[in-house]
Amino acid sequence: MFDVLILSRIQFAANISFHILFPTITIALGWLLFYFKVRYDLSKHPVWMRAYRFWVKVFALSFALGVVSGITMSFQFGTNWPGFMETVGNIAGPLLAYEVLTAFFLEATMLGIMLFGFRKVPGWAHTGATFLVAFGTTMSAFWILVLNSWMQTPQGFEMREGVAHATDWFAIIFNPSFPYRFTHMLMASALTVCFLVAGISAYRIYRGDDKKAPRLTLKTALFTAALLAPTQAFIGDLHGLNTLEYQPQKVAAMEGLWETEKGAPLVLFGIPDEDTKTNRFSLEVPNLASLILKHDINGELKGLNEFEGEHPPVKPVFFGFRIMVGMGLLMIAVAWWTSFSLKRRKRLSKLQLMVLIGMTFSGWIATLAGWYVTEIGRQPYLVSGVLKTADAVTPIAGSNVMFTLLAYLSLYVVLLIAYIRTLFVLANRAVKEEEYDLAVPGLGEQGRNQVKDAAQSAKSREDKRAGHHPNKHGTHEPQNAGA
Amino acid sequence: MFEFANPDTLATIFAGLTALAIMLYAVLDGYDLGVGITLPMKNEAWRDTAIASIGPFWDANETWLVLGVGLLLVAFPKAHSAILEAFYLPATILLLGLILRGVAFDFRAKVHPEKKRLWDITFMTGSYIATLSQGFMLGVYIMGLEYTTASIIFGVFSALCVSAAYALIGNAWLILKTSGDIQKRAIYIAKRAGVLTFAGILAVCLINPLVNANVYQVWTTPPFAYFYAAIPLMCFTLFLAGYRALKMVDNGASDKEWLPFAITIAIFIGCFLGLALSFYPYVVPNSLTLYEAASAPESLSIIFAGTIIVVPIIILYTGFAYYAFRGKADGLRYY
Ligand code: HDD
Ligand code: HEM
Ligand code: HEM
Repeated sequence: MFDVLILSRIQFAANISFHILFPTITIALGWLLFYFKVRYDLSKHPVWMRAYRFWVKVFALSFALGVVSGITMSFQFGTNWPGFMETVGNIAGPLLAYEVLTAFFLEATMLGIMLFGFRKVPGWAHTGATFLVAFGTTMSAFWILVLNSWMQTPQGFEMREGVAHATDWFAIIFNPSFPYRFTHMLMASALTVCFLVAGISAYRIYRGDDKKAPRLTLKTALFTAALLAPTQAFIGDLHGLNTLEYQPQKVAAMEGLWETEKGAPLVLFGIPDEDTKTNRFSLEVPNLASLILKHDINGELKGLNEFEGEHPPVKPVFFGFRIMVGMGLLMIAVAWWTSFSLKRRKRLSKLQLMVLIGMTFSGWIATLAGWYVTEIGRQPYLVSGVLKTADAVTPIAGSNVMFTLLAYLSLYVVLLIAYIRTLFVLANRAVKEEEYDLAVPGLGEQGRNQVKDAAQSAKSREDKRAGHHPNKHGTHEPQNAGA
Repeated sequence: MFEFANPDTLATIFAGLTALAIMLYAVLDGYDLGVGITLPMKNEAWRDTAIASIGPFWDANETWLVLGVGLLLVAFPKAHSAILEAFYLPATILLLGLILRGVAFDFRAKVHPEKKRLWDITFMTGSYIATLSQGFMLGVYIMGLEYTTASIIFGVFSALCVSAAYALIGNAWLILKTSGDIQKRAIYIAKRAGVLTFAGILAVCLINPLVNANVYQVWTTPPFAYFYAAIPLMCFTLFLAGYRALKMVDNGASDKEWLPFAITIAIFIGCFLGLALSFYPYVVPNSLTLYEAASAPESLSIIFAGTIIVVPIIILYTGFAYYAFRGKADGLRYY
């Protein structure tokens, strides 16, 4: 019952799934904050600082969760997969070391200045720190995705006495699947953040927040999403073509294709059955898979039966892929629908706001589904063709792993709930804040005048509204300045 | 590919780098863990100040652990596996503690005010879990990385003393970063934590040579013996000096508020050097030397090149961060 391999796999999957949730947010949110800060520096308009100050709190919280779960990750290789470092440590080691040296220190140190240094350092230094944090998170993603892509499509090494030795670092870093995985992941992060920002902003507006900042962030997020969502589908398609070339068994599992076929159909839905090697209840579009993957209606696609014993478990890969693509298509639809309304009518309907609130965490779902496709699709190998997962596992007792797994899982559930609730606590608190507060340091004369104008127009808006219906949220509470 | 030095030299360099990273971790995360375990639960304003004093730094401090474990992992994979397998449970408990405190620190400032205290307790508990498990692992490591009744007892004792050492350095930091009553409290705690730390160091000096034949040998064979003997002596002198410094800050005879912190750092370095030198050349006590555990020289060279270039830059911007937040800690604000 305590099979150490299965338990270690579940534990690794649980830990990395929890970890990835937060980098996915911080990578793109860092750049968004940098954008807000630069807009503020250029215009000195306080709305940009308002947006910055709200989202930097979300950033801080996500970053903290990302860091602590990341530290757990860096112990995992030694505790649960000793065979991994012993076999490919000469390649994984330097990549991980470079991640620590060029990314972790940078982001962790600059974070302090970014969060708490606005009044302690000159404006340019604060903007610079924001930039360096965003840059650091992107570098983290770069190095770790180099390693992961190398595990998927290894090259630039030779095996000596069962241990991999690097022969060409350029080839290792720019291995065939890396460019696709890196761009697809950055895009995934951007989309996740777009829908997070849109969702929370929509929630604030829905709750009667009439300030400028949530409307501004909503617009920024939706227009960006409208642009990026289709781009992501395009990059994903290229990613798939690349996978077809290097890991055809993974694509066969994604498509649920059992027999090698010319003019293979696209299985829209079905339930793959490994015993009978067929799909049950399947709904297919003839020739479409060949068209998408080979750009030829009669192109030949290899089926799973050609990879007897060497192909991944089909169900999770098959369903994971459909969840991700489904989410991607939904994102395109929602981003366009709402963007058009914003462009035309300058506002969203209640229904649209509700849809956006519902999609707040849609990026997480798509990202996790995508990673499950990628990682489970690589099985039974840990490093394709080089090292099997079963050969890397720790010799320690399964019961110990069971214990730690349960401890991690229960902690993660609590933290995830606390995280999501706190986002909404922050949003609710922001709803009640004053439009602007003159105490923002570094505003300058021009800025202060803008604040006054803005406050004036906010006031007249308020008066108008008060004439039609009573003030919804009662008195305004004073600015909450706490950390 | 390129190779700078012969494999043994590289292995020595990397052992030095790993040790350096772990020592920096002990000092830097040491002070913020110490602030955590002695958090003033009775006074919310004090808690805010104490936490504000570590707010901008804790994350970077913890990164030294990632670097230390990472270097061990990449330079000595066999030792890394052996050590972490032996420490599977305590290391996991350490991680759980670090997770709790890392997030509590952030949640406390954002949740409903009535929940803030709960997160402060979490912060303190997580810090305790972290210091106790680190101390326990150190004790068991000194006892030869084996679980016997004796090593577990020593591990528990070490857990207490290491926590005391962290309390000492944490409060020395608070003396530097705060003033008034909270500073008085820090002095009070630092004095008591100092005594316990001292007892711990004494015990390690006595027990370590007795349980490790190798350690016994280096400590008793001249000329190294003199050198090794100097380290505990130096530590004890430092303790005396530290006690004096605390007293003088306390009764206002001296305004060198940085002095207790500086002395504590020196004590940490002394202890660490003593330990590291007495185990050399073993990474896993009595079974695996660092030369046997090292990975391929080409890979080490690549990392070494990066380290030489990047570490000075890291030191530079770390200096900038400490400079930006110099002086007494005031409330943390997001703008
Ligand atoms: C917001 C997140 C998101 C969205 C909307 C999409 N993806 Fe994706 N996808 C990811 C997030 C992601 C990911 C989490 O970033 C993965 C996992 C590992 C990787 O390289 O990217 C991934 C992997 C991944 C793979 C597996 C590559 C492999 O490992 O061999 C393919 C073929 C696609 N994607 C294709 C698509 C297509 C055709 C999409 C069309 C809408 C799509 N993705 C939307
Ligand atoms: C961040 C998003 C990621 C997610 C959600 C994820 C998810 C998973 C999952 C579900 C498995 C289990 C596969 C199975 O056993 O069927 C797995 C395995 C694994 N992944 Fe990832 N992964 C991610 C990124 C990475 C990265 C960046 C690396 C390497 C640097 C990595 C290394 C591994 C290793 C070593 C395993 C071994 C355990 C195993 O195969 O079960 N993963 N991952
Ligand atoms: C096995 C895989 C992984 C390991 C061992 C790992 C390790 C770590 C560690 C140790 C940290 C903390 C750094 C600090 O102290 O500041 C961290 C944070 C981070 N990781 Fe991972 N990580 C892994 C997977 C990933 C993946 C797949 C991504 C993204 C694509 C990622 C992106 C980041 C980012 C951006 C941070 C900064 C903190 C944050 O944004 O929350 N990591 N990781």
